[in-house]
Amino acid sequence: MTQIPTSTLPKHSSLTTTLLAVARHKAIWPLAALALIFLIDFIISPNFFSIRIVEGRLFGSVIDVFYRAVPTAMVALGMAVVIGTAGIDLSVGSVIAIGGAVITWRIHAGDPHILILFWALGVGLLCGIWNGFLVAVLEIQPIIATLILMVSGRGIGLMINLLYGGTNPSYTSALLQGISTGHIAFVPTRLLVFLLVFVLLWALLRRTALGMFLESVGANKKAAYLTGINARLVTYSAYIICGLTAAAAGVILCADTHTSDPVSIGRNIELDAILAVVIGGGSLAGGRIYLGMTILGALVIQALTTSILSSGVPPEYNLVVEAIVVLVVLLLQSANFRSLAVSIFARRKR
Amino acid sequence: MAEQVTARVEMLDVSKTFPGVRALDKVSLRLLGGEVHALMGENGAGKSTLIKVMTGALSGDEGEIRLDGQTVEIKTPGQARALGIGTVYQEVNLVPTMSVTKNLTLGRQPTKFGFISWRLAREVANRRLKRLNIDIDVERPLGSYSVAIQQLVAIARALEDDTRVLVLDEPTASLDAHETALLFQIVRDLKSRGIAIVFITHFIDQVYQIADRISVLRNGRLVGSAPIGEMPPLKLISLMIGRELGQTGLRLAGDAPPSDAPVMLEAEGVGKRLMMEPLDIALRRGEVVGLSGLLGSGRTETAKLIFGAVKPDAGKITIGAITGGHSPSRSIRAGVAFCPEDRKAEGVVGELSVRENIILALQSKRGWLRRLSQAEQEKLAAEMIKTLAIATPDADKPVGQLSGGNQQKVLLARSLVSGPQVLILDEPTRGIDVGAHSEIVQLIRKLAGQGLALLVASSEIDELVAVADRVAVLRDRRKVGEISGADITRDNIIHMIAGVQS
Amino acid sequence: MNEKYLPLTATVVVFLALFGIGGLLYNNFVSTLVLGDILADNAFIIIAAIGTTFVIISGGIDLSIGSMIGFVGVVMANLDVVGWHPLASGAMMLVFGLLYGALVGLVIDFCDIQPFIVTLAGLFLLRGGCFMINLDSVPIRHDFVQEFAGASIPLPGGGDLHSSALVMLVAWVAAIVIFHFTRFGASVYAMGGDRTSAKLMGVPMRRTMIGIYALGGFYSALGGVIYALYTSSGYPLAGTGNELTAIASVVLGGTPLTGGVGMVGGTLFGGMIFGLIATLINFNGSLNGAWIMIIGGVLLFLFIVLQRFLVGSFRLRSAA
Repeated sequence: MTQIPTSTLPKHSSLTTTLLAVARHKAIWPLAALALIFLIDFIISPNFFSIRIVEGRLFGSVIDVFYRAVPTAMVALGMAVVIGTAGIDLSVGSVIAIGGAVITWRIHAGDPHILILFWALGVGLLCGIWNGFLVAVLEIQPIIATLILMVSGRGIGLMINLLYGGTNPSYTSALLQGISTGHIAFVPTRLLVFLLVFVLLWALLRRTALGMFLESVGANKKAAYLTGINARLVTYSAYIICGLTAAAAGVILCADTHTSDPVSIGRNIELDAILAVVIGGGSLAGGRIYLGMTILGALVIQALTTSILSSGVPPEYNLVVEAIVVLVVLLLQSANFRSLAVSIFARRKR
Repeated sequence: MAEQVTARVEMLDVSKTFPGVRALDKVSLRLLGGEVHALMGENGAGKSTLIKVMTGALSGDEGEIRLDGQTVEIKTPGQARALGIGTVYQEVNLVPTMSVTKNLTLGRQPTKFGFISWRLAREVANRRLKRLNIDIDVERPLGSYSVAIQQLVAIARALEDDTRVLVLDEPTASLDAHETALLFQIVRDLKSRGIAIVFITHFIDQVYQIADRISVLRNGRLVGSAPIGEMPPLKLISLMIGRELGQTGLRLAGDAPPSDAPVMLEAEGVGKRLMMEPLDIALRRGEVVGLSGLLGSGRTETAKLIFGAVKPDAGKITIGAITGGHSPSRSIRAGVAFCPEDRKAEGVVGELSVRENIILALQSKRGWLRRLSQAEQEKLAAEMIKTLAIATPDADKPVGQLSGGNQQKVLLARSLVSGPQVLILDEPTRGIDVGAHSEIVQLIRKLAGQGLALLVASSEIDELVAVADRVAVLRDRRKVGEISGADITRDNIIHMIAGVQS
Repeated sequence: MNEKYLPLTATVVVFLALFGIGGLLYNNFVSTLVLGDILADNAFIIIAAIGTTFVIISGGIDLSIGSMIGFVGVVMANLDVVGWHPLASGAMMLVFGLLYGALVGLVIDFCDIQPFIVTLAGLFLLRGGCFMINLDSVPIRHDFVQEFAGASIPLPGGGDLHSSALVMLVAWVAAIVIFHFTRFGASVYAMGGDRTSAKLMGVPMRRTMIGIYALGGFYSALGGVIYALYTSSGYPLAGTGNELTAIASVVLGGTPLTGGVGMVGGTLFGGMIFGLIATLINFNGSLNGAWIMIIGGVLLFLFIVLQRFLVGSFRLRSAA
């Protein structure tokens, strides 16, 4: 019997080993990006990191980043799951729009506000079932399949608004506004809600075998099928999860403005979510789902926006900066580009 | 048949080395006009490398190529085509969504004042097809025609006015008997026009129907080349496999297989159109059944049909008490495990870790809710890593980073961990080093001793001689017989493959 | 009938049916006046959609169309302020669109990055560029704008073929010629139909890829020029969401997003269908924009399912 080969790594001091382990961890890139952005913020406005307590809750630029990132981060979590199966969901913005309309409708109809939360999640569930049906059962390409709801969803939201005779109707809901803009102890409530969603999703993916199945189906559908995994069901579940997280984000976004505005709510959130997933290390070709790093990705995107706002640079620059960041990340991920860059470098050195 | 003095194409002492392997070692080949020259060899023999050098997809490191006596340089596919060498690849490499006309004229459309004239293009298309006696509607999408027709269109595309050599790479792989006969008619017609035809195939019967000359490659060398009359099937197969007849192989199994053991899996009349003729196989408890045959004879196809990875058209499969339509998930739940041959495309999930890959089938058997705890996973993985001596510094490495042989072991581990009663292995020792090779063979016997029923498909006859209680022999997608017990010898198997009495 | 014409036929039938419904619902709907207006109003988006058809047939996608439209308008408006003739600034933007697209195509091919993400970054880049130049709408005051708006060819029945519609029709015909009568066009189809085969058959992959996105960029820019002239202003938010409408127009025109099949000719009708729906709703007055979105979604769904089973059957057969 052959000997099991011993590790071929040379012996290092324990500090170096730890450092090497940290450096090799994939989270290093989004973390470094975030740290860099915060550093630049600090240089520009030294009180960036100051946190004060006003009216019983935390305030500060850093808190602001986390606060505003919540909706995108929630959508990004669901998006990460779908992208893990080598799919995509462009309809999340529309899900939010429909959710907002349904919330307003039920409030005006007099339902208890706690029940309305379930209505909102129900919207997400239905949309997820619809998308899942198109992708997993009819086997339509995810981009096209989710395009249908993306195009028509906001119209559906507007229709629902009209049901009870309003354009951009508004509402008052202590519960919902509390969830979205309130605070428990010193912490903004929405951060706690987000934490809850994250923990639930993490448990679903990592405490059951679902996460592994999702990743297998995305990474190698044929192999997953041969090991007995029901690829169809697994893919279906991904879209339901995405619909639910989008609905949850919708509750927060909608309560922020306590209005139903299906045309402009959640505009471009799908793009931000996809970017967050990609920055967080996810591949559009499917495979590993990095929930934690996706959150980092969402934070990076939000930090960019907030930094630009608070630094006095005109907010118009926001989009351009985001675009450049994305392009840099993409180029760095491309093997061809890296070897080109290396060869240019090497030639210059001589 | 008159042979021309000057060969149309001659490859002289062509060699090609890739990192770590000498793919071609001074191979010389003469292709004569008006002759069908079959090129044969098992996996890794060098056939495709030789063809790639001839058609310009690769450059040889040494040696020269002569066309009608003149030395030429062929560095790109474009050059090969310009010199009159046309190739038709195994996968019909045309575009199914475009019309036949567009496929035939892509890149060389006739133009009028700078714009494409489709009227002229259609004429060109029809003319080319007529040369092969094909008459179809050239405006319909290529994909709306059968694979046989698509193949003929591919041949028509490869055939220019000045084609000297036509290379056909596995042209009959997806054709039924009737379509094959049609193709051969066309090949004979082309032959009569003086074109040299290279015919690469695994179907022994077909070679003897159509070829005039056979050349055999093995391990990158030309080991034999003769007119068809001087190369009977037995000699051909011996050359391909590479051992002299008369040598006996070591047997680990007993002489008489257990005949009263319960049947764990029974396949009756199982087949699929264009894949396998219906066959019967029974797998008994404690017994190892080998599937032998040359490459292309249908070993993998049989294994997949029995496992349910591919749905059969005909017949039924009974596992224990369960009968009926099969899918991998149902087979796995019924206690069958499968280790595929193509580990990259169908086996390993590259991004997942070694540990996750190992427990994947077991986990899918348990369902998504009953997740194996981290501790359980690590224990199972560690056991398997030890038993199969999988070389990996730790079990959390992505399996895609392991060497091919170790990936194969991971797949084997996966099927073992799911606790099967029936185990189907397709090429279990492919890519595994010599030392581990015999370990796996012994492991197979040990599993049989523990009561598993095993089906082992293998291209290595010696392996099956060593390990099998019974061997089912396949040829040209058909089961041609079974050999059991003490009769399992290399000679007998080769004779049965060749179809001659031993 | 040849199977490949089926989706196109379906599109034309839907278009005619919608037109007919309009005629039933309203007086004077079926007239060249209404037709001419629909063509003129939607010319810019149809032009952009035509460019996108190239990209989609090759198997890719372009999300930056709307942002290009906005960017072109904003630049033209600012150049107008310093005295440039709109034709000159327009021509320059066309060249910009061409070069920008070529760069995008090169990046996609060389770095092997998916078109979705690269053009998504492009969407942000160009839109951000709009905002960086000016935040509000800037009018284009040059006399040419009036001349352009006024120029038209009268049609029988009282309607007019306005200048923007004329440009669009010329661009449409040009696209049809490029697609169906040049080697480049044949290469685009081949690439979208089966990439590996196309490569083996000798299609120049990189050159074709660059050409596809360059053409897409050119057409998007042209759409932007037309829009700027039509609205006589440069508005930084112009074109928001137009990439969706453009893509939907392509799909409704009979070109599935999977690539390899489809006709740029159909894109005209696909875009017109959207324009028709909007007009039908506007005529009514009491309905609102929501119906456009919903009907658009329903039509999209029907077409996608139709395409899935049509094209699916080709590919399945050849794989058997």
